[in-house]
Amino acid sequence: MNSLTRTENQALARAVLELDVNNHAGVMSHVVGLFSRRAYNVEAILVMPVGGGQTSRIWLLVNEDERLEQMVKQVEKLEDVLAVRRHGTEHEVFVRLEEFFR
Amino acid sequence: MSREAPESLSGAQIVVRLLERQGIRTLAGIPGGAILPIYDALSASELIHHVLARHEQGGGFMAQGMARATGLPAVCMASSGPGATNLLTAIADAKLDSIPLVAITGQVPRAMIGTDAFQEVDTYGLSIPITKHNFLVGSAEELLQVIPRAFRIAASGRPGPVLVDIPKDVQNQVIEVADWPAPGCADPLPPPAADLIARAAAMINEAVRPILYLGGGVVHSGAAVAAVALAEKASLPTVMTLMALGAMPVDHQLSLGMLGMHGARCTNLALDECDLLIAVGARFDDRATGKVAGFCPQAKIVHIDIDPSELDKIKTAHVGIAGDVGAVLQLLLPAVAGALRVDWLARVAHLKAEHPLRTPGIDDPRSPYGLIRAVADCLDDEATITTDVGQHQMWVAQAYPLRRPRQWLTSGGLGTMGFGMPAAIGAALAEPQRTVVCFSGDGSILMNIQELVTAAEEGVNVKIVLMNNSSLGLVFQQQTLFYGERIYASKFKGMPDFVRVAEGFGVPAIDLDGASDPRAALAAALSTRGPMLIHARIEMREQVLPMVPPGAANKDMIGG
Repeated sequence: MNSLTRTENQALARAVLELDVNNHAGVMSHVVGLFSRRAYNVEAILVMPVGGGQTSRIWLLVNEDERLEQMVKQVEKLEDVLAVRRHGTEHEVFVRLEEFFR
Repeated sequence: MSREAPESLSGAQIVVRLLERQGIRTLAGIPGGAILPIYDALSASELIHHVLARHEQGGGFMAQGMARATGLPAVCMASSGPGATNLLTAIADAKLDSIPLVAITGQVPRAMIGTDAFQEVDTYGLSIPITKHNFLVGSAEELLQVIPRAFRIAASGRPGPVLVDIPKDVQNQVIEVADWPAPGCADPLPPPAADLIARAAAMINEAVRPILYLGGGVVHSGAAVAAVALAEKASLPTVMTLMALGAMPVDHQLSLGMLGMHGARCTNLALDECDLLIAVGARFDDRATGKVAGFCPQAKIVHIDIDPSELDKIKTAHVGIAGDVGAVLQLLLPAVAGALRVDWLARVAHLKAEHPLRTPGIDDPRSPYGLIRAVADCLDDEATITTDVGQHQMWVAQAYPLRRPRQWLTSGGLGTMGFGMPAAIGAALAEPQRTVVCFSGDGSILMNIQELVTAAEEGVNVKIVLMNNSSLGLVFQQQTLFYGERIYASKFKGMPDFVRVAEGFGVPAIDLDGASDPRAALAAALSTRGPMLIHARIEMREQVLPMVPPGAANKDMIGG
């Protein structure tokens, strides 16, 4: 998080990205590296294995800006990323998580 | 999987066997502690010729030379730690130019990873942003999937480098192998969308002043013939990026040569007037476009690329087609109407006549353009041309009569000084029947000068034409033009005797400066087999012109 206040943050347009990925060491580095090299802050991250643990789901909360479409295309190119779904800020995955951050 | 009698093999032996099965016959590298098991296994290979580079970056560029000359993935090897870090520049270079490369590095044993062991570095972490994909191998068993997969990823879609980091204990681990995986090869691609082809064809048919803009993807896809056929059928004046040179013969009637920062004035002016830009396997690099807002300001855009993330990245396309450019061009060709475009071609011809590429001194072999032309006069289109990076690279790109895809091997995206000579060695190893000429500069050559001894050792047919202006020429030029002539850190005070340096490394050398007939000396040097260094002094104040000032629109070129 940067120095924006909570209210200011909520005023920014946000997007929630849902990624299905292979579950092994290094996959997270591949994903977040694409953001960090562009100085594109990831506001929130949530990862859990799914099913038998062969794959994981990564949830990312990011600010909407003109680079987001390119970001999604770059993420889709990663070898260990199986699918990318883009949701609006109304998605409740991070909202429901907020109680753990109080 | 193919079933054979089960064998007990170490991870190292498995790597070597998989490389053999992949068809690898030459690779370049340097051994070291953490990759010694693989080198031990390599010593038993009767199929693979290992070329011992003298710096891992040189080995990486040799592999690149092989890959660029043939289009097939090539292999380089290095040990852990400094071996791996030395390789990184060559890998990053392959990433930016979409070159299929498989880099294999040794790593400290798994139990020591993360302990700051001797020669340990996080090769996996370091290589993430500069590879298409990378692996840290966890067991000998995994190698059976990872090695073919590395080749498949390197060759599939948009090609690129893949790194495989193998801990030493995994190399030593012995397992039973009965089933061998099929060699990794490029995945088939889905056919391009028919409706988009139809829309692109309609836009081409309706255009009044279209230009075809070819990029390196045309060369990678083997689509040069299809691209020229499209240009001819639809009468499309054609520009090429640095990476695409050779895709259309430069003396073809429709060719406008290279666009961008050092393109001819007529080329950039024609682009400024076009009403449709058909980009094929090109990525709107800033050296090609200049200020993006001023690039083809009146044009609609058809963009064809194998990598969907290139579409709309820099310029929004009116029609963007994701697909293999060769396959798209094959479908586009019958859908496009034959056209004469008399007025537009006449306008382009007028621009060419009014604003041609100016090549002062082209008849004087002691001037930059003249030297390049004199070299070309001694060779035919079968020769392969590599360059280093700097003024010489741009002069050769402008003035060498490139006519064949894969004739031209240059470091485009990363612009790596030190690329040229080892890449030439790699190209000569891959295609020993060809003469390979490396144009270099006195700045660039020193960045991988040690590979001269590799050239001598391998006896490769590489001719290094060293254009020596005693300076970092492009830096000198930019300081002259844009920094108030404050020349700083770009003039060399000390200058090696390059003829003696080459001879010291075991490479014969001639000095054109002292030759009474430089053309005859060149002809003799270029027709003798084996490595040779040809030294020629160039005036320090010579400039590459025209030039688009950094940040300016292409039509605002200076000079030329």
